[in-house]
Amino acid sequence: METILKISNLHKIFNKHLHAVKNVSFEIKKGNVYGILGPNGSGKSTTLGIVLNVVNKTSGDFEWFGGKVATHDALKKVGAIIERPNFYPYMTAKENLELVCKIKGTAFSKVDEKLELVGLLERKNDKFKTYSLGMKQRLAIASALLNDPEILILDEPTNGLDPQGIRQIRDIIKAIASQGTTILLASHLLDEVEKVCSHVVVLRKGEMLYQGTVHNMIENNSFFELKSKDMVRLKTVLDEQSFVENTIEEDGKLLVYLKQDIAAQDLNSHLFEQNIVLEHLVKRKNSLEEQFLELTKN
Amino acid sequence: MKRLLSIEFQKIWKNKASRVLLLTYFVLLSFIALIASIKFSIGTFEIRIADQGIFNFPYIWHFNTYVAAFFKIFLAIVIVSMMANEYTYGTLKQNLIDGLSKKEFILSKFLVVASFTVASTVFVFIMSLILGFSFSSYNELSIVFTDLEYLLAFFIKLFAFFSFCLFLGILVKRSAFALGFLFVWFVAENIFYWIIKFVILGGDDKHKNFGDTIIQYFPIEAMSNLVKEPITRLSAIKTIENAVGGAQTAKDYSIHFSQISIVLVWTFIFILTSYYILKKRDL
Repeated sequence: METILKISNLHKIFNKHLHAVKNVSFEIKKGNVYGILGPNGSGKSTTLGIVLNVVNKTSGDFEWFGGKVATHDALKKVGAIIERPNFYPYMTAKENLELVCKIKGTAFSKVDEKLELVGLLERKNDKFKTYSLGMKQRLAIASALLNDPEILILDEPTNGLDPQGIRQIRDIIKAIASQGTTILLASHLLDEVEKVCSHVVVLRKGEMLYQGTVHNMIENNSFFELKSKDMVRLKTVLDEQSFVENTIEEDGKLLVYLKQDIAAQDLNSHLFEQNIVLEHLVKRKNSLEEQFLELTKN
Repeated sequence: MKRLLSIEFQKIWKNKASRVLLLTYFVLLSFIALIASIKFSIGTFEIRIADQGIFNFPYIWHFNTYVAAFFKIFLAIVIVSMMANEYTYGTLKQNLIDGLSKKEFILSKFLVVASFTVASTVFVFIMSLILGFSFSSYNELSIVFTDLEYLLAFFIKLFAFFSFCLFLGILVKRSAFALGFLFVWFVAENIFYWIIKFVILGGDDKHKNFGDTIIQYFPIEAMSNLVKEPITRLSAIKTIENAVGGAQTAKDYSIHFSQISIVLVWTFIFILTSYYILKKRDL
């Protein structure tokens, strides 16, 4: 599969002491939908800023489309919106998009087409400053799509929007993803990522904690919920087992996290041999949200 | 280059404030012609300015470039706000993300500065020709095109000043503060001059030239030195001066290559530093 973006050992240190990105490496392949997850201040936006030419890297490397073209030329084939929509408030939507066309070297004919897509065609001759936040964000998406980009990068696209706005943006993203466009979505709305993305990269304090498919991230970390009469003994016995990572008591149940996978049936017979009879046995998988909180907790 | 200019002029022209300032600038420039119609009376004498020789070739080149340079502040505001707006609107970031390189960005801004300078110079050139041919006592071509170096000095002066404004816009990121900074800089240069002259050198006439030697290397002073005030050069004024204060020492009104080089070096510094700041800064 064609590689669109390759990041290797990227570091960013702000003002000589704030280590915002630590040794991040990942690859974006064509056709997949990627999510970058991380709490606020985890280095998501900085990482995106570096590959988008607005933040200078401290060390490490990144290359677009196999590194054959200069970054700013590569960016003409990329559509990106970062944090908040940035346009000239005194220009109309149409004029703003025409300006982007001039920068990217695209034909003006795309302007109406993309405005139609995000439902702003009727308002195209209104000044940007008269737009609501939701409309501004949709205009930003139209602008990012102007050149029919190879990859669409969205940084917190639903930040600050009302439920209707969030829904509209999500529908647009889904529509774009279904056309086979590669998407890189930074967000902390996990259900959004879970629904849309096939792959995730998890960051915390600038460090990369996980990268891989959403499926694997959820699958790998199954755990047991156990309950028995003698909870103390249950805990001591399990803590001695080699396949157990750790155990946590929660709401009168013992949560058992595993180093290696074990079938529920095997666990049960194993405990029975130790004279422990279980009242409650459930094998569960974390939702992406739980998995994410688990990964990123200190 | 055409692409960059078309991008920049869309940004400027669609902005109402910039458009008004630009038009005001050129309208005010053409008002220099109205000086011709000023008349005033001293006792029984009626003096008409146009008859005092201010529109005589080649003096007109000196006079018009000097007066026209006062209006440069209008374009300075346009330039400073053009740059500072990119920061406040966050569009600098967006332009880079959309695929403009930082080099192209700086280049496009300097193309605007250059076009403003060229437009002003051409405008002053044409206006002076028209005024000169209407009022000048001498119309021989050889006289008409003497002293054209004032136009060159005017060009360099404006280009340097606008580059300075652009540099301040990039450095300070807010238009009002950048313009304030420009004013503070101007005041600081003068204070520095007086400190050198009177505090350090004790106002001693012996050392008078030393203070003047240093001050000419400062950017604003260097720019204003390029085209010196033309009023005392006027024959009518000279006559009055001679009558009142006896013989005056001859003042040097000409343009020196050394002065031009100082200003060009500053311009170069402003352009390179602007690029350096933009390159180093994280947005």
